Amino acid sequence: MEKSSRSLLTYALVYLTFLYAPVFLLPIFAFNDSAIISLPLSGFTFDWFLMLWSTKSLHEAFYNSMMIALISASLSTTLGIFAARATSRFEFPGKRGIVGFLMLPLVLPEIIVGVALLVVMVQLDLSLSAWTVVIGHVLICTPFAIAILSSAFNSFDISLEEASLDLGVNKIGTFFRVILPMVAPGIISSFLIAFTISLDEFIIAFFLTGTDVTLPVYIWGQLRFPARLPSIMALGFLMVLLSLLLLLVAEYFRRRSTQFSAHNSASNESIF
Amino acid sequence: MISNSAKPIIEIKNIQKRFGSVTALDGVTLNIRQGEFFSLLGPSGCGKTTLLRIISGFDFPTSGGLYIGGEDMAEVPPNLRPTNMVFQSYAIFPHLNVADNVGYGLKKLRLPKAEVEKRVNDALALVDLKGYGPRESHKLSGGQRQRVALARALIMQPKVLLLDEPLSALDKKLRDAMQIELRRLQQTVGITFVLVTHDQEEALIMSDRIAVMFDGKVAQVDTPEKLYRHPANRRVASFIGVMNFIPAKVIASNSTSLVIDITALGKITLDADEQHAAGADITVGIRPEMLTILYDQTADDKDSFAATVNARSYYGDMTYYDVQINDTDIHVSISMRNTAGRPVLAPGAKTRVSWGPDSLTIIADA
Amino acid sequence: MANSSEINYLQQPAKRTFWSIPKAYQNSARGYFLISPPFLYSLIMLAAPLALVVLLSLWTQNYLELDRTITLKNYAEAVTEPLYSLLMSRSLVISGLVTLTTVVLAYPIAYYVAMFGGKRKSMWLLLITIPFWTSYLIRIFLWKVILGYNGVINGSLLGLGLIEEPLTFILYNANAVVLTLAHAWAPFAILPIYVSLSRIDKSLLEAARDLGDNAFQRFFRVTLPLSMPGVVAACLIVFIPTVGDYVTPKLLGGTDGLMIANMIQIQFGKANNAPLGSALAVVAMFIVAAISISFVLLTRRFLKTKA
Repeated sequence: MEKSSRSLLTYALVYLTFLYAPVFLLPIFAFNDSAIISLPLSGFTFDWFLMLWSTKSLHEAFYNSMMIALISASLSTTLGIFAARATSRFEFPGKRGIVGFLMLPLVLPEIIVGVALLVVMVQLDLSLSAWTVVIGHVLICTPFAIAILSSAFNSFDISLEEASLDLGVNKIGTFFRVILPMVAPGIISSFLIAFTISLDEFIIAFFLTGTDVTLPVYIWGQLRFPARLPSIMALGFLMVLLSLLLLLVAEYFRRRSTQFSAHNSASNESIF
Repeated sequence: MISNSAKPIIEIKNIQKRFGSVTALDGVTLNIRQGEFFSLLGPSGCGKTTLLRIISGFDFPTSGGLYIGGEDMAEVPPNLRPTNMVFQSYAIFPHLNVADNVGYGLKKLRLPKAEVEKRVNDALALVDLKGYGPRESHKLSGGQRQRVALARALIMQPKVLLLDEPLSALDKKLRDAMQIELRRLQQTVGITFVLVTHDQEEALIMSDRIAVMFDGKVAQVDTPEKLYRHPANRRVASFIGVMNFIPAKVIASNSTSLVIDITALGKITLDADEQHAAGADITVGIRPEMLTILYDQTADDKDSFAATVNARSYYGDMTYYDVQINDTDIHVSISMRNTAGRPVLAPGAKTRVSWGPDSLTIIADA
Repeated sequence: MANSSEINYLQQPAKRTFWSIPKAYQNSARGYFLISPPFLYSLIMLAAPLALVVLLSLWTQNYLELDRTITLKNYAEAVTEPLYSLLMSRSLVISGLVTLTTVVLAYPIAYYVAMFGGKRKSMWLLLITIPFWTSYLIRIFLWKVILGYNGVINGSLLGLGLIEEPLTFILYNANAVVLTLAHAWAPFAILPIYVSLSRIDKSLLEAARDLGDNAFQRFFRVTLPLSMPGVVAACLIVFIPTVGDYVTPKLLGGTDGLMIANMIQIQFGKANNAPLGSALAVVAMFIVAAISISFVLLTRRFLKTKA
């Protein structure tokens, strides 16, 4: 038993290295004083970051991404709250089918989602814009929101709501004084996760964006210019840092969202 | 304390409750008096919790009426009823501390802060949790949570306090202590308590009256003593404590007395308030503590019979014997206190058992 | 008031208010009400567009004009034209390889975390999922950097003197696509397997040990079969989206590594033949669905065992 666990541990560590290896290249080449992305390394420089700072089109793309992410996250979290409350407190015929349908975007290739929405936009003669991207992002973010919020809603007992009613507080009061405080961490976590997904998402944005590009689409456009590559590395590095930060904060809140659960040990796994 | 003559505080009139094809309550009619400690007792599935939830407003009857304080509760949601509930899981709000939990229901009254604080402290003192106000809810033990739940409900000064198996989650010693506590609390506060439990000992200890329920119907409503001494039927008799059943035959009967011949025990005359057909089969019930083992074999008590010890269980302060009445295959349970000088009989021992005519009760079938 | 108790309530039904609506219906009504916003959103934004895609696939594009007569011409072209079937089969093969590689490589680490993770389980899971949350595009691009002519691998191997000239077979072909995708989908494969493994009742393994099995046998006779639901889920989670991947083949596939999604995109873009593109998409999804369902049916035997 001991031996096998040690060899598995070695395997696990090698695996993790393999998993993280590409990501570590980002800081290496982001600070590398060379216009070519290759070894050997030259000196250390902040030039590429400064280049980012002065590129106006980048700023626009950044702003677009932020706006889209903000709106997508808000909408999908809201839809997630509705779905999570419905599934955790109520029974109705067809519930499983409806939930399955809501979670469908998780397994559909994103290109299908992008194509489908594109077809609608073109057929209805609507122009593509940031809003079309939002529509697509909400579709793929909502399943994640539902997963996180379902677990938050399921983690507290219905008798808490009944107790509140019993003590004279009506349904609205109960929502604000009992339900909301208890699912607030779940709401925050869901928002941050959806935000991160939207920020990093490429394919749907690629299909549905009009003249206002998002950050990933912008990066895609830059990839064919070798001279731009180092600054892309710098940009990638910053994006990864941002995603990591958001993710860690989201995980902190996700843990707090299930802190009142009776089955605490199981709920500390990640959202899947 | 208990107003016998006044109007009942809770009137339950022929309440039926069906969940799809399952009938949870099959025509329950009860009156609960102001100021009494009333228990709903029965095995799981008998409908007692359903009935409690209907009284509290979290469920509603399929048909029938519920009146609290004389008012029809048909359209009254739970947050507007003059009742408060202590939930089985206690339902303490984990995100609020003890003081905020207890004072939760007072918020809508918009009292000045000092008044709220005073009431919360009084409520906490009432349940012996003085000074626990600032404590975090998740740091409380089971017994403490239960008392917080009590304080939180009592601070609302309800007409009726409903308790859903409040002691089932506690360990034995704590449970025994809390039984006395709850009784004392009810007497101090003076309001009506309605308690749901499956533990008959608990019901007997705490209640003024008990309603025994089976299969959605009320089998008997009586004081603990009457319930124990004169159970309405065989099922109630078996559910409350242990009961020995011995077949007998009616010899003669009129409206005031009954002469019966009990198997192996002989003929006796009893006071009775109903008439039975002569020659009819009847069942006699006798509690284990009403039978006495005569350690002195020579005494020939008129009301005694010969028996053989079949098995025994030694409990330290008591010994329970299972004896077989000689020349029959009737077994009876006998409980004897292990006072000084009393031997513990071994299986196979022969002995005599005495009984008295006023230690019997007639058991109706079903 | 004094008379109210004398009225015969024995047969009177409770008044019909919202509180007296049979709880089953009350529950359902509220449930439907609550779930309608997300449900309607998905219906309008996903189901309807998908239906429109199917409809579009039945029309044809005549240069700049859209001919709306219903015809199966596009489907005929999609299945007969050798290029499309090549791309389709290549996509399936690549996805199959990716699924196999990913799941096989993921199992041991899922096993380690589930069985030996102990108190550090959540930390492990966090570490495993973090890379997944960073930009997919950036990660794929980084692989290009790693595998490139002047990339990290070649640079290091040259520098170490292990090769004379840069390797060219590692980029711009199907191999590169498989390798990159195996990396990208790793966390997706690990998690379902982990969940399945962690649900196995430890006492089952103790019982097997008690009955004489050694570690090897215990794994194959108890652990593996009981973890199959997780393995099947992992396979589906990796296979289905991978078939439709666009970025990786485009960036790393060269001409030999292009997949069906690239062709679909071309039809919607340069080739301006949206109906054909839709038909290709429908065919692709149909094939994927068929494969997935057959896969689940074939492994149903294992899925029946619930720990």
